Amino acid sequence: MASGTENVTPSEYIGHHLQNLTFGQHADGSWGIAHSAADAQAMGFWSFNVDTIFWAVVLGIGFYVMFRSVAKKANSGVPTRFQALVEIIVEFVDTSVRESFHGTSKFIAPLALTLFVWIFFMNLMDLIPVDWLPWVATQVGVPYQKVVPTTDVNATMSMAITVFIMIIFFSIKIKGVSGFISELTGQPFAAKGTLGKAVFFLPNLLLETVALLAKPISLGLRLFGNLYAGELIFILIAVVFTAGSGVFAAGLSSVFGEHVPAWFWILATASVFATLWLSMKGALSNKRTVLLLAIEMLLVGGLAFLGGQLMHFGWAVFHLLVVTLQAFIFMMLTIVYLSMAHEHH
Amino acid sequence: MNINATLILQSIAMMIFVWFCMKFIWPPLLKAMDERRERVAEGLAASDLAEKELEAAKATAGEQISEARDKAGEILDQASQRHSQILEQAKEDATGERQRQVAAAEAEIALSANQAREELRASVASLAVIGASKILEKEVDEEAHRELLDKLIAEI
Repeated sequence: MASGTENVTPSEYIGHHLQNLTFGQHADGSWGIAHSAADAQAMGFWSFNVDTIFWAVVLGIGFYVMFRSVAKKANSGVPTRFQALVEIIVEFVDTSVRESFHGTSKFIAPLALTLFVWIFFMNLMDLIPVDWLPWVATQVGVPYQKVVPTTDVNATMSMAITVFIMIIFFSIKIKGVSGFISELTGQPFAAKGTLGKAVFFLPNLLLETVALLAKPISLGLRLFGNLYAGELIFILIAVVFTAGSGVFAAGLSSVFGEHVPAWFWILATASVFATLWLSMKGALSNKRTVLLLAIEMLLVGGLAFLGGQLMHFGWAVFHLLVVTLQAFIFMMLTIVYLSMAHEHH
Repeated sequence: MNINATLILQSIAMMIFVWFCMKFIWPPLLKAMDERRERVAEGLAASDLAEKELEAAKATAGEQISEARDKAGEILDQASQRHSQILEQAKEDATGERQRQVAAAEAEIALSANQAREELRASVASLAVIGASKILEKEVDEEAHRELLDKLIAEI
C-alpha cells in the first residue's frame, strides 16, 4: 500500500508489516538478512530480530537517559517540572512495590521501575503511524521494520522468562532447594504421613509445575497478545481507509496516478496531527481547527482519509490505555510473583 | 513470529537496564525524594510552631497593651490628683497670704491709730494744761501736778 511503489495486495501489506527484520544464517550457509517470512523461518533458532533488539535498546537507553539525567541532579530542593514527572513515576512504582511486596529487597523496586517504563516506551511505539518508520527504513534499504518490540513474541517472552528465572532464583535463595521442592510437591494436596506424601508427590508436582510454568507464559503472552492485536488493528485501519481503495481515493489518483506516494500520506498525517496538537495546546481556536482540518481533508482528497484518521485517532486514544495498562500489569505481576517467591507457604 | 535467539539478547538487555536502574537511577532519586519529604515535614512542623509562637506573641502583646493602658490610667489619675493638690495648695497659700497682709495692714492701722491717739493725748494734756492755766490764771506747776495730769490723760 502506502509503503511501496509496486502493486501490493492487502495481505502482502499486512504480512510485510508483521515481518521482523531477521538476521541469521541462510540455507546456503551465509549470514544475512532474511528477505521473506519463509526465509526467516528457515533460519531456525540462531537468528536475531534486529529491529526488535534495536528499538528495545534504543528505548531502554531513552529510559536510562531520561531518568539518569534527573537522578544525577536530584536534590531535595524545589524540583523542575521534568524532575517532578520522573519523581511521580518513581513514587508510583515505589508505592506499588511497597503495597505488594512485603520483604526487604533493593532489587525489586528498580526492576519494577525499569520494566514499567521500558515496556511503556516500547508499547508507545505503537502510536507512531504504522507506515512512517517502515517507509523510512525501506527508503534507506532495510526491507522490514517492526518498530514495536512488544509485538514481537521474542521480546515479551524473553522478559517473562527472565522474570521466571528470578522467581526460581529467589525461591531457592529464600527457601533453599529443599524448601522449594517441598513447596512444589507438598501442595495443593497435603498429607501427614510418609505414605500420603509419597502418593501425592507426583500429582502435586505436576499441578505445581503447571502453575509455575503458567506464570511466565501468561506474563509474556498477555503483553504480546494485547500489543500484537493493537498493532494489527492499526494496520487494518491503514489498509481499509488509506490509499488505493476504489472511489474514495479517486481524487488523489487523478493527481498521482494509481498509487499515491507514501511521503504524501506522511505529510498529510503530520499536518493533521500538527493541527490537532496545536489545538490541544490552545494555539488554535476550535473554529480554526475545524476549518484547517476540513481544508486538509479536502486536500488529501476524500472521506476515506477522514474516516481513516478518525478511526486511527480513536483507536490510538483507546490504545493509550492498553499501552499504559499492559505496562502496569506486567510490572505488577512481576512484583507479585517475586513477592510469592519470597514468602514461605 | 519465530522464537529465536532474540530471546537471549533481549534478556541480556533487560538485565543490563535493570542493573543500571538499580545502580544509578533508583538510589539517588529515592534519596532525594526522601530528603525532600523530610524537609517538607520539617517545614510544616516549623510553620505550625511559628503559628503557635505568633499566637503566644499576640497574647503577650495584648497583655502588655492592657497593662500599659492601666498604667496610663493610673498616671492620669495621679496627675489629676496632683493637679487638685497643687490647686488646693495654691489656694491655701493665697488665703494665708491674704490673711497675713490683712493682719499687717490692720496692725499698721492700729499702730497709726495708737500713734494718733498718743499724739492726741499728748496734745490734749498740754491743751488741758494750757486751758487749766488759763482758767486758773496761774502757772500750774507741771511737776507738782504730774500725778493729776497723768490721771487725766489716762481717763481720756
